[in-house]
Amino acid sequence: MDVLDIARWQFGITTVYHFLLVPLTIGLGILLVFLHTMWVRTDNPEWLRLTRFWGKVYLINFVLGVATGLVQEFQFGLAWSEYSRFVGDVFGSLLALEALLAFFLESTFLGLWIFGWGRIPKKVHLAALWAAVIGSIVSAYFIIAANSWMQHPVGVVADDTTGRPVQVDFLAVLSNNTALAAFTHTIVASLMVAGALLVGVGLYHLRKRKLAGRSVDEVDHRVWHRSVRIGGWVSLAAFVLVALTGDWQAKLMYQQQPLKMSSAEALCETEAPASFSIFAWNKLGSNECDDVHSITVPGLLSFLAHNDFSTAVPGVNQLQEEYAEVYGATYPDDPARFGALAGEPVDYQPVLAVTYWSFRLMIGMGAVSAGVAAYALWSTRRGRIPTSRVGVYGSLLAVGAPFVANAAGWVFTEMGRQPFVVVPNPDVPVDEQIWFFTAQAVSPGVTAAEVWTSLVALTLVYGVLAVIEVGLLTRFIRAGITAGDTSPTPVGTGPDDDRREGPDGDAGGAGGDGRERRTPDDDVLQFAY
Amino acid sequence: MDLQTLWFAAVAVLWTGFLLLEGFDFGVAALLPVLGRRPADRHLMLRSIGPLWDGNEVWLITAAGAVFAAFPGWYATWLPVLYLPFVLVLLGLIVRAVAFEWRHQSHDPRWDGTWTHVITAGSLIAALGVGAALATTTLGLPIDADGIRVGGSFAGVGWTALLGAVAVGAFSVVHGALFLALKTDGDIRLRARALALRWAPVAALPLLAWALVAHLRYGTPVTAALWAVAALAVLVTWVRIKVDREGQAFAAWAVMLVSSAATIFGAAYPVVVPSTIDPAFDVTIATASVSDYTLTIMTWVAAFGLPVVLGYQAWTYWVFRKRLTAEPQHEDAPAAGTAPAPGEVPA
Ligand code: HDD
Ligand code: HEM
Ligand code: HEM
Repeated sequence: MDVLDIARWQFGITTVYHFLLVPLTIGLGILLVFLHTMWVRTDNPEWLRLTRFWGKVYLINFVLGVATGLVQEFQFGLAWSEYSRFVGDVFGSLLALEALLAFFLESTFLGLWIFGWGRIPKKVHLAALWAAVIGSIVSAYFIIAANSWMQHPVGVVADDTTGRPVQVDFLAVLSNNTALAAFTHTIVASLMVAGALLVGVGLYHLRKRKLAGRSVDEVDHRVWHRSVRIGGWVSLAAFVLVALTGDWQAKLMYQQQPLKMSSAEALCETEAPASFSIFAWNKLGSNECDDVHSITVPGLLSFLAHNDFSTAVPGVNQLQEEYAEVYGATYPDDPARFGALAGEPVDYQPVLAVTYWSFRLMIGMGAVSAGVAAYALWSTRRGRIPTSRVGVYGSLLAVGAPFVANAAGWVFTEMGRQPFVVVPNPDVPVDEQIWFFTAQAVSPGVTAAEVWTSLVALTLVYGVLAVIEVGLLTRFIRAGITAGDTSPTPVGTGPDDDRREGPDGDAGGAGGDGRERRTPDDDVLQFAY
Repeated sequence: MDLQTLWFAAVAVLWTGFLLLEGFDFGVAALLPVLGRRPADRHLMLRSIGPLWDGNEVWLITAAGAVFAAFPGWYATWLPVLYLPFVLVLLGLIVRAVAFEWRHQSHDPRWDGTWTHVITAGSLIAALGVGAALATTTLGLPIDADGIRVGGSFAGVGWTALLGAVAVGAFSVVHGALFLALKTDGDIRLRARALALRWAPVAALPLLAWALVAHLRYGTPVTAALWAVAALAVLVTWVRIKVDREGQAFAAWAVMLVSSAATIFGAAYPVVVPSTIDPAFDVTIATASVSDYTLTIMTWVAAFGLPVVLGYQAWTYWVFRKRLTAEPQHEDAPAAGTAPAPGEVPA
């Protein structure tokens, strides 16, 4: 493999990894704000326990999100320096503003929230969480605006001499319709992740407690029951919103990146004339396409298709020809900029199997998750507790589904825009368009050995971290509420707070390991680490 | 002042702010094996930086982001030339971040001990690596006319890189010791103070040397004056520790860093990546920067955003201003992690 391929693998692996952590941070953060606010408003200890249990899960996850995000920040310069040079006028400022306006907010106030239990007034403490979570959402906005600009470059003109984009309208970059659609889609998709976790873990504990003969009057029981109900409703609502925002994205994509959409969507309907580049796909498609359509959500897909696709589905083949005409049938014969691909024909067709399957995986996994949520809500209606092994463990397993859906969504978005890294914007006249091939984006001075080294090192480290992280989360989650938090009702959460007594008569979990000290500081440490 | 100069200054301020803030948490982490003899001490040390390190690290992200945003030509030259060193820094930062969090997740002393070592190692790697990177971007990298590295993967790592690495490492260790002297009470405060007293004059030397080289190469009378301030600040630091004024010593040491950094960046201006091959290949603020339109927007956002950030970060420091102590009854606890019981006394 040459530098280009290795760098692409590296970017894909590290970014997908980062984005396994990100949706949990965003989704759980939003739910935590709700839980914590409810506690402050009602003073009901159930809300406090929910806040502290899920708060700790949030923290364990958050740190890894930060650690992997760092790599992302530097990667554009390390492996994609030509890209960085090319897009610098637009792209860099979005990253810098993200750091200035979002990351500071996130990290500073999260530190305050973690270490502020019992140290700052209750409402200020709650406000710290609000600030941190707003930081996450703002960060998502800026980075998605940056990504959407690559998908649909607006607010720029081409420089006469260098051909690089020069920013002329910052507000246009921020209000890019691609960004608005992708941002809302990503946020609600993140809520699906958090909802599924609340459902899966809640059902698991409810069942465990019931089989162990625990009373339903204990606080722990009510806490888990509430987890399931909240998670279930959030998942279902988020799925509806994901479908709506996804539909919006699909309609935009049909105008902005028709080739991506037709490779993802129109595979079966289009009887594309046989040509060289499509042969492989035809085989794959005709064998499996019909099956796939029957497993995915048929109503939704045909709705999408009929709205946009009955008009004109320019077949993949036809689009490929149109692109070749406008953007060149071959890469310019310039080995300094295009490496091994100089002078080679450009394949404007993204890898069909990937776009096709990742699109279905995204929707399918989302549907699985929504199904589980419906099951959870039904089986816990009016205080019921499900004991079905299949149902409960299935729900626990299905916690992974929205994670997969999120990763698949990005793989689709990113691989679907190949061979461009900056996709030309069809709304502007062709001679004013800006585009950049992935092949010319890679750092020219970096050797394959170097990128191999970093790819292997990062993958290994990420692998080890994943094993530890999953182990820690599993252990913590399995232990339940009181084990993770020997002092679930903090002794006063602020100077002006009414002081409370310890846990209210709950015996669940493995808490109370004999250590009786309950200083506020202890409590903080319990929580922080 | 034109916008490019303004943003060059802003980038310099961000890197200095990063060294000033993350410097002490790097230093505290590096001192864990030295000052953290007992589990309770180590716990206390980590507790002192616990609420702060992540906020400090964002200074690095913002500094790198500002380089990209204002001077993509700098970002796109500097990072690939030092590809592997930067990757090493990233790995250090990754393992350090997770170690902070994971160290406390198990009561097994082996687990706890391992992650403590990881914190120290990761912090040191990051501190040395950033020092090397900053020294080479101010003193020179082997780049050709296109900004592409001449030579192998480590061609950028010569004596300047080593000087920068040692400079930032040594600065951070004393900075961390002074921070501990300021933030803790009891035995560890005394030991941290003694360490700072002993090492401050030596630890300042590499940083002063780096600043001096930069000044001698490209300096002006102003940078000479700044350098003199830095040298004087070392003396003040030492005298103030000697009379047990930790706050003043910490401030003087910070002045030392700020004036050294001002000397270095002031001398380097307007070059952002000097070429060791041929000065004609130097990357300057003029060749590296983005358009004035983009710089104007960033200036406006930063003009409103930065004061707010500084305000709330200062406020967090104020919230956590109390000195920390280890609780005496837990000092002899057998295993790390089973004795996480620091109390607090007012400053
Ligand atoms: C949709 C949201 C989203 C997306 C697409 C990305 N990130 Fe991210 N990132 C976040 C949402 C986020 C977050 C929710 O804000 C994180 C996750 C966990 C966390 O601590 O903050 C974060 C953390 C995070 C950090 C550490 C921040 C800190 O120290 O507090 C950096 C430097 C980046 N990210 C950079 C990037 C870059 C350069 C990306 C582009 C490839 C990227 N992220 C994709
Ligand atoms: C967090 C969610 C994201 C995921 C999971 C993701 C996934 C991927 C994948 C799988 C690739 C490799 C594609 C290929 O080589 O065919 C890629 C490439 C890339 N992505 Fe993303 N991406 C994400 C977000 C972003 C964002 C937010 C940006 C920009 C701000 C971005 C910029 C890039 C760039 C520059 C490349 C390299 C060029 C290329 O190979 O196309 N990505 N991404
Ligand atoms: C239910 C119907 C859904 C539809 C119609 C839909 C549609 C889309 C479309 C068209 C894109 C590509 C956008 C682009 O390339 O510009 C996309 C991307 C994405 N999808 Fe979905 N999606 C659905 C469900 C889901 C679910 C359930 C999840 C996760 C839980 C999810 C997560 C994502 C993510 C993370 C991306 C990449 C980021 C982005 O471009 O927004 N989607 N989706």
